[in-house]
Amino acid sequence: MNAIKRLLGILWLIAGPAVLGFLIYEAIKKNALPTSTSNDVLQWSIIIGIFIPIAIGFMIFGYYSVKGYYDLDDK
Amino acid sequence: MSAEAKHSKGIWSVITASSVGTLIEWYDFYIFGSLATIISMQFFPEDKGSAALLSTLAIFAAGFIVRPFGALVFGRLGDIVGRKYTFLLTLVLMGGSTFAIGLIPNYKSIGVAAPLLVLLLRLIQGLALGGEYGGAATYVAEHSPAAKRGFYTSWIQTTATLGLFVSLGVILITRQTMGVEAFNDWGWRIPFLVSSALVILSIYIRLKMNESPLFSKLKAEGKTSTNPLKESFTKKDNLKMVLLALFGAVMGQGVIWYTGQFYAQSFIENVCKIDFGQSRTILLWAIAFATPFFVIFGALSDRIGRKWIMMTGMFLGIIAYRPIYQHFLDITSDKYKTEIVEQKEVVRTATLASNNMDSLIKTVTVRHFTDGAKFTETSSDSLYVATGKGALKPVVKLEKNVGGADYWTIIFLIFVQVLFVTMVYGPIAAFLVELFPTRIRYTSMSLPYHIGNGVFGGLVPFISTLIIEYTKTPENPMGTPLAGLWYPIAVAAICLVIGTLYLSNKVDENVRDDENEYIHH
Repeated sequence: MNAIKRLLGILWLIAGPAVLGFLIYEAIKKNALPTSTSNDVLQWSIIIGIFIPIAIGFMIFGYYSVKGYYDLDDK
Repeated sequence: MSAEAKHSKGIWSVITASSVGTLIEWYDFYIFGSLATIISMQFFPEDKGSAALLSTLAIFAAGFIVRPFGALVFGRLGDIVGRKYTFLLTLVLMGGSTFAIGLIPNYKSIGVAAPLLVLLLRLIQGLALGGEYGGAATYVAEHSPAAKRGFYTSWIQTTATLGLFVSLGVILITRQTMGVEAFNDWGWRIPFLVSSALVILSIYIRLKMNESPLFSKLKAEGKTSTNPLKESFTKKDNLKMVLLALFGAVMGQGVIWYTGQFYAQSFIENVCKIDFGQSRTILLWAIAFATPFFVIFGALSDRIGRKWIMMTGMFLGIIAYRPIYQHFLDITSDKYKTEIVEQKEVVRTATLASNNMDSLIKTVTVRHFTDGAKFTETSSDSLYVATGKGALKPVVKLEKNVGGADYWTIIFLIFVQVLFVTMVYGPIAAFLVELFPTRIRYTSMSLPYHIGNGVFGGLVPFISTLIIEYTKTPENPMGTPLAGLWYPIAVAAICLVIGTLYLSNKVDENVRDDENEYIHH
């Protein structure tokens, strides 16, 4: 079980920036549309602003998993 | 009176004082959301200028951004000053701002000051809510015996759903009593003003309560935290539990909650086109039937542990959402219904447009079906004198009233979704409380809770709608209605994997500052 947790930690570590990159890519694509309004820009800015700390948190969670801080015998 | 009987009486006073206040806070928070359309009309002009941006900020952003900040601000205060005075303060702030929203003159009277005031008060509401829940859950848990912590805290868990129930009920009754026109004009203020009486009552009840015994003991011993924020989020041992709570439990719980109670209503109203009143009464019935299960699953978690009940709720949501929503589409489609053709009614009216030249043509078509369903299609078109042609794209509004059997089937399907909500949400207060030590509990449990619910959950309607937009093509202008479910399904699935592998099912015997062994199997 500990090995699976550590292995998945690599996935969580990568997933944080990957999701953020995807959101930024979608925001640029969406706001480049001719139908885009200032409200769209604001909404996307809010979403990305909110998800930056969450993505960082997910990376830290992944890092802790890789380091074995969630292992059964860890105190 | 025996000591046990005294304690039992005491704990019910604690639960009542905490739950009533928390219920009122949820009520205050939801009436703003439920009346968002009317609030937009009253306080924001139709143009696309700065006021429209304020509208977006007030209605869209405050619910997401401010709640976690409220969790930090009031969580810190609760861990330093105490639980009782902190959640009294959040109640006063919430009640005061709700009452004030009901008094703000509209945009026509005071111009841009109106949306600015609404934004400010909405931000205060979000902050107050961010501080309230953690305080109430902590307060009840710290009064509860270990063997009944899940049961007692589950009463706090009913308040979010009951707050939604009461807000829908008060709005429907007020609208029904005074008529749609008067309600849209000024009657919408009543639900806001009603809140003040409830808040005063709740403040009175809470003032008579004592501080949490665990916090009082800690304070007497001089062991309270001087900097709970630093302690919660910079110390590895605490931070890892905050992250585990968020990604292994609350993130999934948040999306299951918002899908079952908000997205379901939005879907049957906007995608299935069930009319305003019927879609709300459906939700009211489903909530009424499901609410007792918060307590049932809370109590069950004391016996079999919190983890597997929450994980089962997530798992069931993941596998059941698509079939349930497909059934909503089928049940409200005319493809599977038999029309009573001889009862079809078509009424066409023409009125002169304001320029005294063109005509506004309105066609109302009512179709009846053998199962009791009634579909009303209203098409509004303009006939231009200069060209002799109608508008390129007439406005078509479809409203469906489903028949008896289908009505109850939809109630059952939403009840099932709320049942999943009760599984993930019923035990979570006890779970979060047991994860953190007393000295930083308010801060540590409030932040993941409000990120999981405010952000992951609160974004369900927005992201799901966005995904549906992306599936729209010229060949398929309606898009794929079920595509929006991939967001809650994906978030719940990740949370299920993390929760299953990383969380323990152990019920913590004490919530004091002993070594926390929650992640150990």
